[in-house]
Amino acid sequence: MTDRIALEGTLPVGAIDTRASGWWAMIFVVCTEAALFGYLLFSYFYLAVQPHAPGTFPEGGTPSLALALPNTIILLTSSVAVGWAQFNIQRDDSLRLIIGLAVAVALGVVFLIVQYFEWAQKPFTLSSTAYSSLYFVITGFHMMHVVVGVGVLATVLVWSALGYFNRVRYAPIHIGALYWHFVDAVWLAVFFTLYITPLLGLRA
Amino acid sequence: MTISDYTRAPSVGTEQPELAARLQKIWETAPGIGGWLSTVDHKEIGLRYIVTAFAFLILGGVEALVFRLQLSWSDRHLLNPEQYDQLFTMHGMTMIFLYAGPVLSGFSNYLWPLLLGARDMALPRLNALSYWIYLFAGIFLYAAFAIGFGPNDGWFNYVPLAARAYNGGPNIDFYALGMILLGISTTVGAVNFVVTFMRMRAPGMSINRVPILIWGTLTASMANIFAIPAVSLAFFLLWMDRNVGTHFFDTAGGGGSAMLWQHLFWMFGHPWVYAIVLPAMGMVSDGLPVFCRRPLVGYSAVALATVATMVLGFGVWVHHMFATGLPNISLSFFSAASIIIAVPSAVGVFAWLATIWTGRPVFTTPFLFFASFILLFTIGGVSGFMTGSVPVDWQLTDTYFVVAHIHYVLIGINVFPVAGAIYFWFPKFTGRMLDERLGRWNFWTMFVGFNLGFFPMHISGLLGMPRRVYTYAEGMGWDWLNLITTLGSFVFAAGVLMLIWNVLKSVRSGAIAGDNPWDAPTLEWATSSPPPPYNFVVIPTVQSRHPLWEDRLASRPDEARSHPHAGLVLEHGREAIGTDPLDAQPDIILKMPGDSYAPLVFAIAVTAIFIGLLLLAWWLVALAAVVTAATTVGWLWPERNLGETREPARD
Repeated sequence: MTDRIALEGTLPVGAIDTRASGWWAMIFVVCTEAALFGYLLFSYFYLAVQPHAPGTFPEGGTPSLALALPNTIILLTSSVAVGWAQFNIQRDDSLRLIIGLAVAVALGVVFLIVQYFEWAQKPFTLSSTAYSSLYFVITGFHMMHVVVGVGVLATVLVWSALGYFNRVRYAPIHIGALYWHFVDAVWLAVFFTLYITPLLGLRA
Repeated sequence: MTISDYTRAPSVGTEQPELAARLQKIWETAPGIGGWLSTVDHKEIGLRYIVTAFAFLILGGVEALVFRLQLSWSDRHLLNPEQYDQLFTMHGMTMIFLYAGPVLSGFSNYLWPLLLGARDMALPRLNALSYWIYLFAGIFLYAAFAIGFGPNDGWFNYVPLAARAYNGGPNIDFYALGMILLGISTTVGAVNFVVTFMRMRAPGMSINRVPILIWGTLTASMANIFAIPAVSLAFFLLWMDRNVGTHFFDTAGGGGSAMLWQHLFWMFGHPWVYAIVLPAMGMVSDGLPVFCRRPLVGYSAVALATVATMVLGFGVWVHHMFATGLPNISLSFFSAASIIIAVPSAVGVFAWLATIWTGRPVFTTPFLFFASFILLFTIGGVSGFMTGSVPVDWQLTDTYFVVAHIHYVLIGINVFPVAGAIYFWFPKFTGRMLDERLGRWNFWTMFVGFNLGFFPMHISGLLGMPRRVYTYAEGMGWDWLNLITTLGSFVFAAGVLMLIWNVLKSVRSGAIAGDNPWDAPTLEWATSSPPPPYNFVVIPTVQSRHPLWEDRLASRPDEARSHPHAGLVLEHGREAIGTDPLDAQPDIILKMPGDSYAPLVFAIAVTAIFIGLLLLAWWLVALAAVVTAATTVGWLWPERNLGETREPARD
């Protein structure tokens, strides 16, 4: 052996912190998912700049922020709760870990319920126009991700309650949290595209 | 709990028979059907990928031979237009999606951990999952063909012809859903390669010491991670348009755009072309120098050119759309971007030529395949350069010139390197050599048949013969060219059969190979042929690009040497060493998963979701989604003793 390669000394064993393979895998899962939303939003902008009859893009006029804006805040708050949980497991505080995850799951479910009402009050359906198709498919893709994210957080919550984690072994929490932060961050892009760009003038 | 409860100082040692026997017990797959269905051994998965991809190559090849008979002379009626449409679509879809990509995944799956000095891929069960989904997606797509509803709109599947109004059968629904399913396989495979690159390299194998095949597959995998969502989304939106009445690609006044399909498809399609050639170029970059008895000329330039090709490859998709009426400013930009790709391509070509020129070539069968690839790549590159120019493309688009180009590129840069790679690595796969004499016949038959078949297509294209049309009138001046093309395609097929015959014959009776029959420099040749389930008894340490050639390449006697047969001993269950992404210094002992049925169950459940979507059977979709989710939770369930650092009991 040469002195340039350090083979001596102790090494952590198993899936420890961000050295876990799953952490690296989740980074690239997030990359591919981010690309998916990139192509979805590309489709929105591509069709938005095609000619449309007045008032049909967005269908029914600029979408209301009455539910969307509070819901955005709810989703972002859930990310804060997850971050708080992550912070606490590194201090070996399992109780706060569990509380943080439980709050995040609850906020995620609230987001889905509010989204249901947002959908229900739309005057158009999936098959009305290109805009309506885009609206429901983009928000639908995002809701699917929230459903999966809530499932991930709930699973990690159960594992936390079963005592699998401590201040050294917590990789699954960070991996699940990374996914959840992505789901929240990508909502900002969706929210900006669907709710803000019409206000900025991107409408027919 | 403190970190010290989860740490261990791994011992360092040399290869010992007693250690090898213990590792064999830890790593070997159980015999019988159970082991076969649950194995996560990357070598087994890699070989399955290669064999399955070759099965699809044969199917796609037979489809091509049938329609080449149809096209061999004017006004022939062996096939009706609908049969012809399904055959040429199945041929393109099969070769591009079910052969060309997966066969390279097979080689990379088999070779990566061996090239990197690792015990397995970073995510072995994900690896098994990626194979099963690939297999099921292939069966899904061929089920459509078997019941008479194969995809029939070309592999690029343009709307509006693919819309419900013009294509009422389930043909396109099969294609759309099958492609999304296949996309899942490709994506998890790509993630696995990237993570393996970052975490699983042997200690000391810094990123400037990895073989070029690693660069090729890494680059292709990164591209797939960003490109696959475009095609999966395009096919999903199309499926929605066809089945639930959305208006994404609607041309009947709903506000959609047929051009959106072309954009999404080619944003994927062009990067995909590079994804199915860069790993093959990597195989040549590693294999060719062995037969030139010298290292590759310009390692860094070739590695950077690989990455540059891929990055540029994301900015050229519109060159598939020059004839669609886009603004001139757009055409100019994409034409320039396309032509610039000639630069990194030329870097590779000159590096390979210089390697031959300055080396001492040994004219074996793999050398012939690798060297001929340079010629075919150059011809395909020149025709690509031509069609990258807008006015030339306007003249040649939708003619056989483009068909000639795509075949020179895909057969020249994929099939010929793959054939060479089979001759090169077959001894490692099986412990036996392929027959060299039959190999020469094999090479020359394929080479002559290929050029006889595909070169005349350039001319028929220049004479105006349109592609995707089931026959042509007499007196167009295309008859003799087409007859030659058909003859060439049969000669080429005979060459491929010789390859398969050689494999079937040699796997039983080939000469015994030994560990390193070609006297090659990289780590896969440091272990036995075929390698044991654990790949390496001890984890090698690496100090150069050519660990097995250091004695003859060293310029100073005191240069640091690699140790292929001495290093970390990891024997506390299934373990591998995790190293940092740049310098490959060890930073963790990874616990590797054992064989598992979870990937198979997951793959069956996901496939059932797509069958449900095809039949619009929502109960099946919901049921299969629940099974998929439950399997995932079971798969990922933590193990309390995962970080166990005490000595495990030995049996």
